[in-house]
Amino acid sequence: MASTTDKQGRPLVAVTGMGVVTSLGQGVEDNWAGLVAGRSGVRQIARFPVAGLRTQIAATVDFVPADPFCAPSLSEELARRAADEAVAQSRLGRPGDFPGALFMAVPPVEMEWPQREALAAAAPERNEVGYGALLAAAETGRFKPWHELFLFGTVADRIADRFGTVGSPISLSTACSSGGTAIQLGVEAIRRGETDAALCIGTDGSVNPESLVRFSLLSALSTQNDPPDAAPKPFSKNRDGFVMGEGAAALVLESAASAKARGARILGYVLGCGEKGDGFHRTRSSPDGAPIIAAIRAALADARLSPDEIDYVNAHGTGTPENDKMEALGLGAVLGPRTAAVPVSSNKSMLGHTLTAAGAVEAVASLLTIGRGRLPPTINYQVPDPAIALDVVPNTSRDASVRFVLSNSFGFGGQNTCLIFGAEPR
Amino acid sequence: MRRRPVVVTGIGLLSSLGVGVEAHLAALEAHAEPRLETERFAPYPVHPAPPIEWDSQIPKKADQRQMEAWQRLGVYAAGLALDQAGLKDDHALKATTQVIVASGGGERDYAVDGQILTGLRGAAEPGAFLNERLMNDLRPTLFLAQLSNLLAGNISIVHGVTGASRTFMGEEACGIDALRIAQARVAAGQADIMLVGGSFNAERPDSLLIFAMGGCLWTQPFRPVFERPEAGGGFVLGSGAAFLVVEAQEHAEARGAPACAELLPVGAARTRREPGDVRASLERLWGDAAPGPEAAILSGATGLAQPTREERDALEALAPGQPVIALGDLVGHTLETVAPLAAALGAGMIGSRHRSEVVATVVGHRRGEGLVRLVAPR
Repeated sequence: MASTTDKQGRPLVAVTGMGVVTSLGQGVEDNWAGLVAGRSGVRQIARFPVAGLRTQIAATVDFVPADPFCAPSLSEELARRAADEAVAQSRLGRPGDFPGALFMAVPPVEMEWPQREALAAAAPERNEVGYGALLAAAETGRFKPWHELFLFGTVADRIADRFGTVGSPISLSTACSSGGTAIQLGVEAIRRGETDAALCIGTDGSVNPESLVRFSLLSALSTQNDPPDAAPKPFSKNRDGFVMGEGAAALVLESAASAKARGARILGYVLGCGEKGDGFHRTRSSPDGAPIIAAIRAALADARLSPDEIDYVNAHGTGTPENDKMEALGLGAVLGPRTAAVPVSSNKSMLGHTLTAAGAVEAVASLLTIGRGRLPPTINYQVPDPAIALDVVPNTSRDASVRFVLSNSFGFGGQNTCLIFGAEPR
Repeated sequence: MRRRPVVVTGIGLLSSLGVGVEAHLAALEAHAEPRLETERFAPYPVHPAPPIEWDSQIPKKADQRQMEAWQRLGVYAAGLALDQAGLKDDHALKATTQVIVASGGGERDYAVDGQILTGLRGAAEPGAFLNERLMNDLRPTLFLAQLSNLLAGNISIVHGVTGASRTFMGEEACGIDALRIAQARVAAGQADIMLVGGSFNAERPDSLLIFAMGGCLWTQPFRPVFERPEAGGGFVLGSGAAFLVVEAQEHAEARGAPACAELLPVGAARTRREPGDVRASLERLWGDAAPGPEAAILSGATGLAQPTREERDALEALAPGQPVIALGDLVGHTLETVAPLAAALGAGMIGSRHRSEVVATVVGHRRGEGLVRLVAPR
């Protein structure tokens, strides 16, 4: 029994399947090869005209078709591919009959400009197009499928349908920490004994003109368009913002008891989850870093781990001036004198910021880091920031023995979510 | 694992019927006529938000300005719930109180959208035109008024509730799941106290547009939701917000907070919505929850033909001859907020009107079936 419960007597949560799709490619192997090679998925945006935009680059996933092309369709297809890989690896259930709950981080969807334009074109001829005209077009009944397409719950509903997950699927957002929250919800459900398994997914395929402009207007994006792959520079002194990315990752979480009983291969454990809200500002962190520090400490406490036992940090590391400064401050406060000796790297230097998916994508990377014994680098690290005294695994990957990883995710709206993964239970 | 009783210690509620639980109970007892706005969005009626003194819950004008209507409604209702639960001045407890919000997203700048669509028709280079207009015409802060999780973010900023928040999306079902997860986490000891709820602004053309495309909106003279299936069916959107403070009974007792109701485990289901699925799903949920014969019955029925007919059939079989209070007849269809609103009203009926038990059915217009059961605190 001891090996299937944690120190608090709760069911221990194992990972038995992983899948991932990003701008680096489809599948765990392609992505891992890209990450440890220090390859960038950032490129000039080809999907739509970029004239007049300050930022013209993104780590888009261009090899996945979606119809009609819009964020919910692409996000669904990315999630489907990631979940196909994860569920197949876990060998849990049968195809279309996954014996567990679905927790899914999805981008908030809304109708996009191509659809608005199609409605406008179908509207009765008027000099000025407004919502009255769009509503008149809607009344024709010709656009019925778009009602379904642009409901917030549709992506998860279709994934639930395809994989046959159990119960009411949860679509969630905690902004840029959503992927982490999806995993946390799965862990909690297993610990409550509600389910033996959970399919936890983060997906985001929302690089479109308006999403890009929204982040651009908040001055969150790098504007160093040329060369594209050099734009995201986490922890560097000359960092100037994040680069939007797309992707999805899926994890099959399973109670260790269930995984062991069926002889499943355990890829690692989710040992701890911590979170803390921040009421300081809509986009900025409390200047003292207290909420970030509290979230990290909550994850450590949940895992019954001391800060000294963290071998590696998979950073949120967006490459915005604000995030990286605050994350370094938070890590310094928790790790203390060891700070400079603990490697901390940012997958976003290569994958861009996959937003809603990031926490899940980085969870997969964290587990691979443990399993493969190699630290993916922070690329584009040419100008160290003297205010950030971290070993960022600059530019090239390196071998390391890693038992416990801290993975950070932070988001607009005061969202801070930290997860701890381990090779073995504590 | 042990399961602790979970009680409701704070209710915040607003809709077209007014602000606060008492206004809703009074309207219910008076069989008040629903308030409808039929002109502004004709041919679509909506149940509009009531007049609200924003300053009493959102003191800073800057905060009010940074929010769109759905966020203001939600932050206001959350404040009412925190007040009743005695949390407003308990900064230490608010700093550990967790939040689950059920919401969609924020509204758009309709004037800007219209100008862009008009301009796009004659634009030589539509892509470049769109980029230029978006870069120049979108207010930078509008994004923050649109992001789904920024209702929760504003609750933490305005009210200082900073345990951590999660936002569930997905129309009616996410409101059910928000209650379900909050109840389950507190019952299991994963949290001691949570703020859970949602808000919806019906008075927005972009929301109407989504449901108009689906042919979901009722445009005939007002008729009770359970009478709509025979006339084609449809819903009337309603503005509203509802939040509840839920906590472990032992936690509430230890801090001397009176409980108005006990929230039992929330039932939630998903079916493929083949004919008969809604009815079977509700019968299963009802069987699991096993409400007593004294239970007052609330229904979140939308008025859409198929699901509403099946819900009516299910309730007639499960509780023959019992009166059913349809929220849609009172406040309209509040989408993500239906389940929290039903729970808030139900908790009020128990806490303020001595009902012993309330059961609420919530059937999503497209997906998701739920059942919420509240009883008098033990």
